[in-house]
Amino acid sequence: MEKKHYERPHIIKLEAGMPGKSGIRTEQAPTTHIDGMAVKELVKTYGSPLFVLSEQTIRSTYRKAFKAFSTRYPNVQFAWSYKTNYLSAVCNIFHQEGAWAEVVSGFEYDKAIANGVDPGKIIFNGPGKSREELIMATEKGSLIHIDHLDELYLLIEVAEKTSQKPRVSIRVNMDTGIYPMWDRFGFNYESGQAWDALNKIMHSGKLELMGLHTHIGTFIMTATAYAIAATKLADLARSLQQKFNHHLKYIDIGGGFASKNTLKGSYLPGSDTNPSFDEYAEAISSALINSHFSPGELPLLILETGRALVDEAGYIISSVIANKRLSSGRRATILDAGVNLLFTAFWYQHQVTVAQGVSQHREDTTLYGPLCMNIDCVRESVNLPMLNINDQVVIHHTGAYNVTQWMQFITLRPNVVLIDENGNAHVIRESETLESVTGGEKTPEHLIKLR
Amino acid sequence: MKIKHQIAISDTGFLFNPATGESFTVNPVGAEIINLLREGHTWQEIIDKITEMYSVERNSFEKDLHEFAGIMKMHQLLDKDE
Repeated sequence: MEKKHYERPHIIKLEAGMPGKSGIRTEQAPTTHIDGMAVKELVKTYGSPLFVLSEQTIRSTYRKAFKAFSTRYPNVQFAWSYKTNYLSAVCNIFHQEGAWAEVVSGFEYDKAIANGVDPGKIIFNGPGKSREELIMATEKGSLIHIDHLDELYLLIEVAEKTSQKPRVSIRVNMDTGIYPMWDRFGFNYESGQAWDALNKIMHSGKLELMGLHTHIGTFIMTATAYAIAATKLADLARSLQQKFNHHLKYIDIGGGFASKNTLKGSYLPGSDTNPSFDEYAEAISSALINSHFSPGELPLLILETGRALVDEAGYIISSVIANKRLSSGRRATILDAGVNLLFTAFWYQHQVTVAQGVSQHREDTTLYGPLCMNIDCVRESVNLPMLNINDQVVIHHTGAYNVTQWMQFITLRPNVVLIDENGNAHVIRESETLESVTGGEKTPEHLIKLR
Repeated sequence: MKIKHQIAISDTGFLFNPATGESFTVNPVGAEIINLLREGHTWQEIIDKITEMYSVERNSFEKDLHEFAGIMKMHQLLDKDE
């Protein structure tokens, strides 16, 4: 006779009283499949923990975002933010969809070139570009976004040395009404730094001023801030027209759109409260269209949003290592994926669902990772069904920043799998091995032999 | 381990303690354990019966049973001498 499915014994006291204003908790269906592939099969084939990315979701999210902007503004270009997720397979999906590359280091620049991106369609951002990198980007005709005056002067030197005119923009920081205001990158608008930098560029005659760029912050939960940013950039563009009769090719509004994740401390889920692409698009497009630009002169609108384009496409499948009860009586579950893989657990309350059928019994649980570190907490409190050892959970919305900011810390990083549009799985980054991690180590001769 | 004799439990896992007026909800394995306790089965017999009926390792279940007994005790559902 086949034995019945086991769920560990559970008893919970029924508390009488008024329901809270949030109402009754909503049931979350188990995630047994991702894009048609069974979670259990994925774990069996590729191991646990496992990063899974959905090509279908990446493409559909990109198309939704592009449609939101292109139906409101005549000339729109997305540039894929490499730092958000620079696995080549992921970058190439965005490039196939038509996105340029937005990079912030020589490493990312090289990666974009290796992926086959036209150098003229690479935007080179960031505060830390070296002379060599600036020479390379100049020679290849990439778009260099100047962060500070030292870089501006260095580029003038590069222009003289290479006898080429670097194609540049400046990065502008500004008060858009949000807190904290990001003023460490670029030139400030309100204090006149940005206008000063633009004058220096125009008077030098050595640089080709292509556009203006801003990146007002990250996880911006109000679209109005972007309207303010677009208006201020449009004002700078008008000043350039008036003084130098110079018409900019583009305005780059950067990234920072919120994904559907829920920030820690939020009362309502991010999927209900964060602005949609349509809201961001409406704010930005309206600000530009209502500015002084005549219809035929509207500059190209570039967007570098990363997080909102890829977060939803990522999942981490993780297995239960153990269950325990804390001194407070709270249930704790130890997973095989911790903050080493899920860096974003520091600021999101990631949605976690189980990967197998469960009964209606649930309990508030703390989810810990496998690291021997107190900070390794995936969720401080989540209402989950009774989990057994070797059961799986699926952590949602993990596509942004985790495969770039993850840490090789204490344990090895696992396989990353992409499920294509036909439901086939492909390993797009192999799990690490002892050799792959220690391969670069050199042990001095006198330290090789143990006593 | 003995459960207080006045504790009532329904087929659906609703448990009532008339002495305190408190009520609880129990999942199927929990209800099975409580019914076995009411029938006077010993700790070992409960382990035998549950591991026979359910797909669970003996060691794993013993650990869960230990913890379940702790929670029952916390809710004052067990006789004091236990």
